[in-house]
Amino acid sequence: MSKNQLSWILVSPALMLLLVVGGIPLMTVLNFSFHDVFNQSNIFWIGTDWYQDILQSDRFYNSLGRSLLFSALILAIEIPLGIYLALCLPKRGIGVSISLICLAMPLLVPWNMISIIWIAVLNEQNGLIGTVLSGIGFHLDWKFNPAHTWLTVITIDVWHWTSLVAILCYSSLSTIPSPFYQSAAIDGASRFQVFRYVELPKMNQVLMMALLLRFMDSFLIFIEPFRLNAGGPNNSTMFLAMDLGEEVAAFNYGPSAARSVIYFAFILCVAWSFNAVLNYQNRDNRKLEN
Amino acid sequence: MSFSWMAWTLPTALFWVGIVSCLISMCVWEYYSPGGNPRVGILRFETTRGDRLFISLLGSAFIHLAWLGLVGPGLWWALGISFVYAICVFKTV
Repeated sequence: MSKNQLSWILVSPALMLLLVVGGIPLMTVLNFSFHDVFNQSNIFWIGTDWYQDILQSDRFYNSLGRSLLFSALILAIEIPLGIYLALCLPKRGIGVSISLICLAMPLLVPWNMISIIWIAVLNEQNGLIGTVLSGIGFHLDWKFNPAHTWLTVITIDVWHWTSLVAILCYSSLSTIPSPFYQSAAIDGASRFQVFRYVELPKMNQVLMMALLLRFMDSFLIFIEPFRLNAGGPNNSTMFLAMDLGEEVAAFNYGPSAARSVIYFAFILCVAWSFNAVLNYQNRDNRKLEN
Repeated sequence: MSFSWMAWTLPTALFWVGIVSCLISMCVWEYYSPGGNPRVGILRFETTRGDRLFISLLGSAFIHLAWLGLVGPGLWWALGISFVYAICVFKTV
């Protein structure tokens, strides 16, 4: 038996498990999307009607636009901020563990709780940030002003997830050996040049991972805006996953399955594009090494 | 054990049989010509035939969705376009 065959045999239990927990639900969702599902014994073939309804509704495109805008804003804030935080962290000593623990705190908060914490913090009567804001004369009206709701949702997400980017970047920064910095110093490189030619290339792969993770999470964000304002005011923070959540809550299994399939296609497309960019960069790196 | 809760009907079954037979025929192809035929096509990085199949399937999904969104029912045309698209992908990517 060749080593290759042996590794296939060893990995087969995991593959079987993946087929059961991933494959069968995926098959069921795709099958449901072509049916009107009342309950498990009353399922009627309906063809592509659900898809047509969704793809020809303004609501879908509006939500898609909002989700894309939200993801773009999130990435534009969190990635640079995460890199900056990682660069500012101490390199050795007791400070490393303390700052990493502090950074990891927001990642440990359960998702349902986050909006509730922020609603409490933003309360103008007794919340920490709310009282300060109203003290300087800024009335944060996250319930009825769309711009303020967006600002709040973005703040919540940045607070929650920037640490992930920072910790990932820090992990790759800490693998750069000190001779790299020493030779950069001998060459008289400026701080920016060290960042651009020593640190950034090392962080490249990890940054792609961070970008992909943050894109997928923010593109299908659900619980934070839902708990904050349930998509309001006037649907201005209605994102893709919240449309889906509404359908699921109404037991509309057919339309929600069709939505899931459409979202799945989008996510696959984006994940593949990220992979393509990575491949493209690797090709450039190989060229440099040769 | 009954699988009726998975809503199997002829068209959905045909779809999955199609996907599985694609995968099986890729395995057979790989057996007779191993290595995946890697080459650099119009995307300017190395792709294997598995990549090309993935691009074809994902692209076909979007062609069908676009057809439903822009034109309406009558997916045979979309299927035809998808086949042409898949052939182009296998030839050029």
